[in-house]
Amino acid sequence: MINWKVILNIAKTHLITKMKSTVTAALGVTFGIGAYITLVSFMTGLNQMLDSLILNQTPHIHMYNEIAPSTQQPVSLYAEYRDAVHMVHHIKPKKGQKKIHNALPILNYLKADKNVKGATPQLREQLFYLSGSIELGGNLVGVDIMEEVRLSNFRDYIVDGSPEALKNNENGILLGAGLAKKMSLTTGDRVQISTIRGHVFPLKIVGIYQSGIADIDNIQSYANLSTVQRITGEVENYITDINIKLHHIEMAPAIAHRLEKQFQIQAVDINEANAQFETGSNIRNLITYAVSITLLIVAGFGIYNILNMLIYEKMKDIAILKATGFSGVDVQLIFMSQAMIIGVLGGGLGLLLGFILSRLIDTVPFKTEALPTITTYPINYNPWYYLIGIAFALIATFIAGYLPSAKAKRIDPVRIIRGT
Amino acid sequence: MSLVLATKNIDKYFKKPVLFHVLKDISFQIKKGEFASIMGKSGSGKSTLLYILSTMDTDYTGELFLNNELVTGKRASELSRIRNKNIGFVFQFHYLLSEFSVLENVMLPAKKLAEKSTAEIEHDAMEKLKMLHIGHLAKQRASRISGGEKQRVAIARALINNPSILMGDEPTGNLDSYNSENVFQIFKQLKEEQGLSLLVVTHDLDFAKRTDRIIEMEDGKIIPSMNG
Repeated sequence: MINWKVILNIAKTHLITKMKSTVTAALGVTFGIGAYITLVSFMTGLNQMLDSLILNQTPHIHMYNEIAPSTQQPVSLYAEYRDAVHMVHHIKPKKGQKKIHNALPILNYLKADKNVKGATPQLREQLFYLSGSIELGGNLVGVDIMEEVRLSNFRDYIVDGSPEALKNNENGILLGAGLAKKMSLTTGDRVQISTIRGHVFPLKIVGIYQSGIADIDNIQSYANLSTVQRITGEVENYITDINIKLHHIEMAPAIAHRLEKQFQIQAVDINEANAQFETGSNIRNLITYAVSITLLIVAGFGIYNILNMLIYEKMKDIAILKATGFSGVDVQLIFMSQAMIIGVLGGGLGLLLGFILSRLIDTVPFKTEALPTITTYPINYNPWYYLIGIAFALIATFIAGYLPSAKAKRIDPVRIIRGT
Repeated sequence: MSLVLATKNIDKYFKKPVLFHVLKDISFQIKKGEFASIMGKSGSGKSTLLYILSTMDTDYTGELFLNNELVTGKRASELSRIRNKNIGFVFQFHYLLSEFSVLENVMLPAKKLAEKSTAEIEHDAMEKLKMLHIGHLAKQRASRISGGEKQRVAIARALINNPSILMGDEPTGNLDSYNSENVFQIFKQLKEEQGLSLLVVTHDLDFAKRTDRIIEMEDGKIIPSMNG
């Protein structure tokens, strides 16, 4: 029954003869959607960058031996005292090793697991960096460097030198950027390190490591696992930490739980370790959406206003259309299609505007000490945002068009024609 | 002779600003091919009656028949269709869609009816325009032509779907005597050549006198007349 060709033709004629109003209304939508796309691409780009800054350095599951007091004290083992109140003062942690017991079999077991992308052994050792008469406290982490490079973006954080150089040098060290600055050392220099027991070793700096987090760069350096084992005088299976990368990050909590049970060891998953980052991103996203929706509501009011004015101007036309046999629904559809045409045109242009602005921001140089791999502002080109953007535009224009067009539908032609 | 339009006991009240009984028990008939006029003073309810007859005003009691079919109480969408197909309407002010061309204005009700192809509709519309001697204006914008021409375009538009009845609310009220005469001649020609039924509300006694029948109204009632 509804004759779309006629309705769209009338809508088109109205829009073309009122070009100024049409363009104004469409531009309102364009700017709303454009701003939304730009904002959301930029904000989520930044979010991803900040998240990856932390998350890429955090393994999906981190296994280590926790130093903690025994949950079962000897007194509770005595049957005689079972019903008594146990009071033990000054409980001390259980005497144990920092090393992971049976580390090599565990590593082999993990590498065979099909959920695991890779598992890397680490040996963390506290020591001092010697610079003249000054001793700087810090860590040295012994790693399987090529595995680390394969499993994380470790290579990105080596700002000078290369992981291969470390692999090929038994006495090499990737010095933390903060440490290197403090001690005025660069690649090729030698640095003296002293273990807690007082043994001094010279190591050759084969590269500079910069994570972007000053607290880490000021104290931490990397060397080959065997190098650190040699320095600390430990055997080949002496490993204090195992870092696991999974194929699917969502499985981390379940697998961590299972490993904890299976090997009686502390296994921390990434969600537990970085709960606060999730919250941060969520709040930033919330702000982005709040701003975008505000912009769209403003655009919606623009459309509402212009359609309202148009309907007042076209009162006589509406009366005529109704008198010559157009139904209220036809009249409503005429004005609704005008709103939707404005929405589609404005929204489409908005997507284009948003994309162009995003590309523009993408080319703006952005250099920061903390982020060695970033050269321009990060932008997230997720097609979902474009889909959401156009959906927003259509919904906003639909609502903005619905109210005035419903009014046009109800207009009584007799009152208009008789001028009462 | 068959009836094109009939009313039975139509009553209407205006509720604002005060309750006012505007139409009192109106019953009358228009035969097919009849050219009738409604006369009366301002406020006698003649226009109000016409808008009820046109199906645009549905706020009344009583019964309205069009082509012997009861239209009272039908849904608004059905009434729109009936209006579109069976009733042609000419107003005091021409009321064309000013952004559209003359031809498009005439074609619009037929496009809405959608019983013919666009080419056929265009052909019909040109026929109507030529019949009213305004074929040369077809491509003009409706806002660019003179008042008398506009009224003839409005008549062409009213005729496009070959309605059962043509209604006019003071169709000559806004025209000079030359154009008034012109419109009257067109109406008369339509009645005589095509057997069209016409019902025209008018103030103009000269105009009314030359129609087949004058329905005179006073205070919401039809005055029984000698020739009625």
